Amino acid sequence: MYSAKLRTLALATVITLTGAFVLAAYYAPIEADQGFSQKIFYVHVPMAIVALGGFVWGGIQGLLYLRTRDPKHDMRSYVAIHMSVILGIGVLVTGGIWARSAWGVWFEWREATLVSFLIVFLLYCTYQPLRFSITDPEKQSRYAAVFAVTAGTFVPLNFIAVRLANPFIHPRVLNNTTGGALPTDMKIPFYLALIGMTLLFVTLSRVEMTHKLTRGRVRGLERRLERLQGESDPAGLPARSAAPQVMA
Amino acid sequence: MLTLAANFPDGSGYVLAAYLVFAALLLVYLGITAYRLLGLEKRLTKLTEEVDGLERQRAHDATASEHEEEVKLS
Repeated sequence: MYSAKLRTLALATVITLTGAFVLAAYYAPIEADQGFSQKIFYVHVPMAIVALGGFVWGGIQGLLYLRTRDPKHDMRSYVAIHMSVILGIGVLVTGGIWARSAWGVWFEWREATLVSFLIVFLLYCTYQPLRFSITDPEKQSRYAAVFAVTAGTFVPLNFIAVRLANPFIHPRVLNNTTGGALPTDMKIPFYLALIGMTLLFVTLSRVEMTHKLTRGRVRGLERRLERLQGESDPAGLPARSAAPQVMA
Repeated sequence: MLTLAANFPDGSGYVLAAYLVFAALLLVYLGITAYRLLGLEKRLTKLTEEVDGLERQRAHDATASEHEEEVKLS
């Protein structure tokens, strides 16, 4: 189901991201203040936006699961959060590199933007341990959905709070009111990178969901085969087990 | 090589590092996915072999029971 149009999506992702990075390197002008190192912006910021969007999407899917109890929403919520955490690692590392080149430090604890992203990231790092510490599948999905909804609500609230706070050193480049608006030749590669990063998120999410569905089908087939083997040879060997067999 | 490096603008090392981190992250993720896919393929191969074995066994059992009936009738 999720594998449909995967090839087209993957191709569109590669083309868009490559195009965006080429434009960022050769078309976008070199920023007057930071120089060439500002080019990190075209990978770091789209990745951060998509990661935060993914967390919110995970919350929406969690809410849909709680309303409908349809396992597909639980899986979508899980995959969205999983992918966003991976992108979050990228955001923190590329952000650290950019901070080092622009401000001379790897991380600035007095900057609300950086600290808030770290808090959101660490919050979502607890999702998987929480989820897999529950053995009952129904409870697991329900508790994970509640977490996804609560944390997903926290993300935009946190974002608004940070935008309202006074910036310490982190610029607010996508805000027209403070004079930090991007020029058009920077906007084009940036928005293309944002589209590419979104496509990457969708493609990898679909790959993950296809893998999970296929694994589920294989498990189902293994169980059916075990039953068939039991029927055809009831007095014979017991159902296959990972545990070592002791011969009498 | 040094002349080539001198032609790069200031901070290009950081930019390269940031884009490499992104590429590495993607490669690691794809590597893990490929590894998991390989595991799934192995399970499918084993499953196919078991189904084949079961079919052969059933065909053998059917032939044996037919032969028994023939012997009884004769």
